[in-house]
Parts: sequence; C-alpha cells; structure tokens
Amino acid sequence: MMKEFGSMRRADVEEASRRAASAVTEAARRSGLEDVAVAMVDSPVGELLVATTRRGLVRLAYPDERAEFVLEELAETLSPRVLEDPRALDMVRRQLEEYFEGRRHRFEVRVDWALAPRGFSRKVLEATARIPYGAVSTYGDIARRAGSPRAARAAGNALHDNPIPIVVPCHRVVPSTGGVGKYGGSEWRKEFLLRMEGALAGYGDGEETGSRPR
Amino acid sequence: MSLPPFATFLEEQRVCVYRFLLAAVGPNDVDDCFQETFLAALRAYPRLHDRSNLRAWILTIATRKAIDQGRARARRPVPMEGIPDRPAPVAFDGDDPELWRAVRDLPLMQRAAVIHRYVLDLPYAEVARALGCSEEAARANAYEGRRKLRAMRELEHQGGRR
Repeated sequence: MMKEFGSMRRADVEEASRRAASAVTEAARRSGLEDVAVAMVDSPVGELLVATTRRGLVRLAYPDERAEFVLEELAETLSPRVLEDPRALDMVRRQLEEYFEGRRHRFEVRVDWALAPRGFSRKVLEATARIPYGAVSTYGDIARRAGSPRAARAAGNALHDNPIPIVVPCHRVVPSTGGVGKYGGSEWRKEFLLRMEGALAGYGDGEETGSRPR
Repeated sequence: MSLPPFATFLEEQRVCVYRFLLAAVGPNDVDDCFQETFLAALRAYPRLHDRSNLRAWILTIATRKAIDQGRARARRPVPMEGIPDRPAPVAFDGDDPELWRAVRDLPLMQRAAVIHRYVLDLPYAEVARALGCSEEAARANAYEGRRKLRAMRELEHQGGRR
C-alpha cells in the first residue's frame, strides 16, 4: 500500500503547487495582505532584487547581497508578510529595463523611505535623488544641500547605506579629489553607471585616470 | 527565532500542503483549499508565537480547511458522477484511482491521519500536532484508516475486479 501512495506523480504536484502558490500571492495582493512585494530584474550590472510596499519602492539590492538575506532583512524590519510578486513591481521593472537600454533618464516611481534613517541620512538621500541623469555632484556638495556643509564624510556613509541604489542615484556623487570614489555596490558598477549615463565622457576606457569626472 | 519571510515559508511548504490537500479533498477542491489555507496562514502570520514547527502549524490549518470543505460538500448536492466541477488539470490519482477514492471515503480524522502518516511520511508526533490530538489518537486513527483501506482492497480482489 505504501508504494501505491507514492505513485502520485511528483512532477505534477510540483507544478500544480507552484501554480497554486502564485494564485495565493495574487489573492494576497488583492486582499491587502501583501505588505512587501519582491521581484528580481535582470540588468547589465547583475540580477537586481527590488522590493515595494504599498507606499512605494523601498529596497533595491545587488546580487552581492544574497537575496535570501535581503528577504530576511525585509521580514525583520518591515513585515514578515513578504511575498515574491513580480506583477506588483511591473512598473519598476519596466522602468529599470528602459533605464539600462538608455531610453529612460528619470524614474517615475514613488519611494518609501522606511529603510533610510531619519535626519541627516534621509536629507542626503533626498538631495541625491535630485541629481539629474548625466550629472555628478560631490560629497561636500551633497552634505551642504542636506544642511551640514562640513559633513562630507557622514554624507558618504549615508550614501553607502542607500537602501535604493540606481533609483536614488548615489552613483552620481563623487569625491572632489577625483576618480569615481567608493560605492556600496562595488566600484565597477558605479563606473559602469556613470559611463552609461555619459557622465564619464572623455575619460579613458575603464582605466583609472585619477582625474575628476567632467 | 524570527519568522522567515512568508515567501520562503510558502515555497518550503507548498508541496507538502498540496500533497496533503490533494489526498484529503481530491483534485476538484484542492486549489481552493490550498488558497484558503495559505491566506488564513498569512493573516495570522505576524502574530504567530510558536515558531518552532511551521510545518505542523500549516498542516493544522490545512486539516481544518479540509474538514470544513468536507462538511460544506456534505451539505451541497453531490455532483453527478462523471461530471466534475471543473476539469482536473492532470491525473493526480496516479495509477490507482480506486485507492484514492477509498481514502477520501474514510472518516475525516482517519483520512487526515492516514495522509499525514503515509503520504507525507510525518512522524506520529507531528501527525498529532496537525490533527490537534494526542499521539496515541493519531496512531489509532492512522491504524484504523489503514485497516479499512486494506479491507476494502480485499473486498475488491474477491469481487474479481483486479
């Protein structure tokens, strides 16, 4: 008898339960039970994890941060009702694709600052969000715009902890002494993004020049 | 111990819950019961205190949904034989549909115990948790269910149907 119980086809149950789980996610979103929706997006700088709450985009993570850890972090800091729901992030995913194809210079998505500490850090990120495509700003400049002209180093730390890179373009903040400077998501990505946006035009191809962008 | 993200929990438990519900309520109602089970779990999730055994917890909810579903079905007129409510997407009953039909004819506690123990291969301690009864009662229900299935099987054989 045990053998007969095992005769249910494993692949069928696997597939049917996957479909049923998607239906659960769909129903959860419609019943307002989805506090955080997560999706993956392919990009030239690696597979990105994006997460949104009802208020807006709350997190973007590079693959260097393992997806399972990011999910745990979201569950602990926001709500354990985290669901993998690509459809809830359709607009964000599309805009990111357009951005990497060079067809989009501005993101039109609402942002939820829940993961950005209030105060100076938040002001730094808000000022950074206003740097236009193709332009760069310096740490000192951003610190000044956030209300503390001498806090360039603190501004750098706030940018390093940016919960929504790319969309809040911390890659557009560079040191006044030259070079692209540091980046929470590895420096090669910062250079890639700046080059893609044309902000590094006129500089050598991939070689560290030591000179100041623009 | 902190709660895993619901997405992780759903991914880890979906196959087990689906197997249980498929056996407990059959292919016509499995998807509805599955959805109700996980939505109920999602509602209660942030307030869940005992996080030590999430599988037993979700199987408890699934068992209750299967029982509710069985009662609702008993009140409703039985659909005509051969005309299912909706097409079953795949032949889930494996190569022994009669055995599965017999399982679904068992009384609820016996049915659940048999499925938890023999389909999902859970130890009796977990069967008991999922059914909300003692380990002894779980063992007794599984034993009785299995005995009935065997008896039915023997009747069939005597009737020359196999």
